[in-house]
Amino acid sequence: MSDMTPIRQIGRPLKRREDLKLLVGKGRYVDDVRLPGMLHMAVLRSPHAHAGIKHVDLTAAKTAAGVRLVLSGKAFDGKIGPIVPNWVIPGSKVPFRPVVATDRVRFVGECVALVVAETLAEAYDAVGLIEVDYDVLPAVTDEEIAIRPDAPQLHDNVPGNITTIYKVRGGDYQKAAQEADQVIALRVVNNRLIPTCMETRAIVAAPEPDGTLTVYIGSQVPHMHRRWIAETVGIPEHQLRVVAPDIGGGFGAKMHLYPEDLLCPYLARELGVPVKWWESRSESHQSTSHGRAHTENIEVAFRNDGTILGLKVATLGNVGAYLSNMASGGPTVNTVNFGTGTYKIDNYEATSRVVVTNTVPVDAYRGYGRPEGAYIAERAIDAVARHLDLDQIEVRRKNFVQPAEFPYRPYGSMGVMYDSGNYQGLLDKALAAFDYDGRRKECETLRGSGIYRGIGVAAYTHMCGMAPSRRLAVSGFDRGGWESARVSIDSSGRATIYSGSMSQGQGHITSLSQIAADVLQIPMEHIDIVQGDTRQVQAGHGTFNSRSMAVGGSSVHVSSKRIVAKARKIAAGMLEVDEKDVSYSAGAFSVPGTDIVPLTFSKVARMAYVGHKLPDDVAPGLDETVFYDPVGMGSPSGVHLAYVEVDPETGIVDILDYVAVDDVGTLINPLLAAGQIHGGVVQGIAQALYEEVSYDPDNGQLLTGSLLDYAVPRAEHVPNIRSLFQETPSPTNPIGVKGIGESGSIAAPPCMVHAVLDALSPFGITHLDMPLTPPRIWAAVQSARTGASR
Amino acid sequence: MSHPAALHTVTLDVNGTHKTIAVEARRLLVHLIREELGLTGTHVGCDTSQCGACTVEIDGHAVKSCTVLAVMADGASITTIEGLTGIGAELSPIQAAFHEHHALQCGFCTPGMAMSARPLLKDNPDPCEHEIRHGLAGNICRCTGYHNIVRAVESLASKGHQP
Repeated sequence: MSDMTPIRQIGRPLKRREDLKLLVGKGRYVDDVRLPGMLHMAVLRSPHAHAGIKHVDLTAAKTAAGVRLVLSGKAFDGKIGPIVPNWVIPGSKVPFRPVVATDRVRFVGECVALVVAETLAEAYDAVGLIEVDYDVLPAVTDEEIAIRPDAPQLHDNVPGNITTIYKVRGGDYQKAAQEADQVIALRVVNNRLIPTCMETRAIVAAPEPDGTLTVYIGSQVPHMHRRWIAETVGIPEHQLRVVAPDIGGGFGAKMHLYPEDLLCPYLARELGVPVKWWESRSESHQSTSHGRAHTENIEVAFRNDGTILGLKVATLGNVGAYLSNMASGGPTVNTVNFGTGTYKIDNYEATSRVVVTNTVPVDAYRGYGRPEGAYIAERAIDAVARHLDLDQIEVRRKNFVQPAEFPYRPYGSMGVMYDSGNYQGLLDKALAAFDYDGRRKECETLRGSGIYRGIGVAAYTHMCGMAPSRRLAVSGFDRGGWESARVSIDSSGRATIYSGSMSQGQGHITSLSQIAADVLQIPMEHIDIVQGDTRQVQAGHGTFNSRSMAVGGSSVHVSSKRIVAKARKIAAGMLEVDEKDVSYSAGAFSVPGTDIVPLTFSKVARMAYVGHKLPDDVAPGLDETVFYDPVGMGSPSGVHLAYVEVDPETGIVDILDYVAVDDVGTLINPLLAAGQIHGGVVQGIAQALYEEVSYDPDNGQLLTGSLLDYAVPRAEHVPNIRSLFQETPSPTNPIGVKGIGESGSIAAPPCMVHAVLDALSPFGITHLDMPLTPPRIWAAVQSARTGASR
Repeated sequence: MSHPAALHTVTLDVNGTHKTIAVEARRLLVHLIREELGLTGTHVGCDTSQCGACTVEIDGHAVKSCTVLAVMADGASITTIEGLTGIGAELSPIQAAFHEHHALQCGFCTPGMAMSARPLLKDNPDPCEHEIRHGLAGNICRCTGYHNIVRAVESLASKGHQP
């Protein structure tokens, strides 16, 4: 008989079950897929930011060694495409986006032609032999310049280069501004980033003998990719199998539809053999979606005691040359809906404009819009504190939404509701861990001796796991917000769980097993998780928007509950007692208060499959599928603090400490949760201090074209991250989880900028735009000193 | 000058096994390891020798195998991630430490990171945090923020055993 202590795995810092194969070099990423007869595709990309294509000469490439096929864009005209976005804000003007450019290119890196050859080297060699005659046109890369009347125009159906105008308002900002003691304005830039998954994109499309097509792709959203490829290439969806094997990071970049995702399946069907494409890193910088790229103009109205009365925001989101997958939604809904942050600002007015430019398309990257929204709220409140010379902590405390006010709708919003939280609790915990008072004094003392230290703070909240499905329709999505899970128990009582979520390193095999174990009351070793194969997993949306525990995990929870409910019925029949009298714990069905010998889960599973003694209303089998559509969305929140020292002579920032206190609801696995915070915070520090995509404004050339030029931080550029948690369970789902993946990259950029500005406050510097590189800081200090000596 | 596609014979010791392979002069060692030898634990994460995902040990030194032409490795002794342990065998100390400290998420950088950490610990058996961070500066990880990788390597400092 089993130990009756209930199994409780949620909350335990279990080491990951998925590690072993990855540690010994047996991970299987798309580039590891090698199939007999496989050919290689290479793409010729536009060297111009904006040009007409006059003529493409494929002659020399066609006769090169090993070459099987050479095609330019015209070959696909009317055959596949166009590429259409999946989220279109109502009223948006959607530019036509061919899979391969035919008569015009609009960014450096756009596909112009392709080669299929026997080896990758031969394909690259032949790409070099394609000759294209371009008619170079004026290009525009900057969103503020692109909306000027004289700017080069990208698309006939997008006058003024603006695809979308989105407005949000609550209360009366004009009235608030009149009643305020003061109003200040600031313009902040949210720098363009490259997500930089360590595994670049890759795809292998393989025709199968039965006429179906298998596509191996590093996709965060395998079922959505199946649908998109099916619809765009014209393949019946049920004849398309998408397999996402191990994925080397996603961060949003691997949830979009790219030209190569369509070309390989099309070419594999045309040629009847597997076709592979692998993206080199430099290619990735000019073909995989970028992130952020906003300019925001902010006006904040406040009383002299630091109370914020109103906020007015006008944003420009640069989305590159076309509307990628979700590009009209990120800079609009995802950004300005969250522009008031954790603060009670009843009078709010925001306008977002989505702008096309001659740059790589911009789309979701870890946080997508929420980092930009939090940056607006946080830069505004920090500027108010600095302007009034009030303590940055106290001004935040004064304006926080109070714990009793949840669920809270900021500015009376219909679209935004923060389900739960305790921002004061987060702040107090962070201040204590950080020793705020001690360090504040330390900063003051050291300034006397010419050492410039500063403390930064940032608070955030957002919403994860966009749902329910009917709400997505209103927002302009062509998809739902549910997630599916199938729990299949075998005749020995072991579980295989087919989840529509898709891990790219998050550790779902461990965390989803923990969720299932608590309901199924069976050991972790008796649970397997299957993801990333549309032939095995019934349906799904995948992993993004910090949704996989709140939505995917809840789906596993609910389907596991159905398993136990059915097993209980079968057990009651076997024990010849009323179902209501049967209790279940630690893998055994028992009848408390009787001497009936408990029945193990495995015996009940066996009975479910032999079917010999089942109640009349119970069908054989123990297998449940749930499409879980959440009733609401969870709102993670957090307060982060950073301590820095800035050398005014070199502009170098030394990060002395970083404390993150996050409320992500119920913690499923504290070890993995801290890992998510560490990684997210470092991506946020990277945005604040190091990373920025640069374009030559004159000709639209990408200047950060490789990892030599784009400053992804190394181990020695970042600090230890002290990650702490506060658990306020979300009332919106049965597990109480909120979402964690995006927290760090939302909080860290403003936190770091505030720390550096605090350190530089003796110089009178009140604003700097990211990234705060040594030259930028040095120049600001020099200019402040020159100004002061004048 | 010979044609880039002309074949050259190289002889290598890879994970303790003797190999003789004909390769193009332009073939990079990382491609020989991944494609001719099928050892796909060594990864390619960039094209400018920045990311370190392809790091292997050549004669005991951590080397980015994308910086070496296969013909240059003629006669060398090479250890890849697959050489540290086999499936089912006990993990080597560096692998076990990565598991223990949750020092990997997507796992793509992990083999290169481990192959850099081993020589780091061999050359300096008791590194401080700064030395670990500096010693791993040739390897990019985008998932972990490096925090737990540093913890894993620290846990092996001064243990006095072969990492």
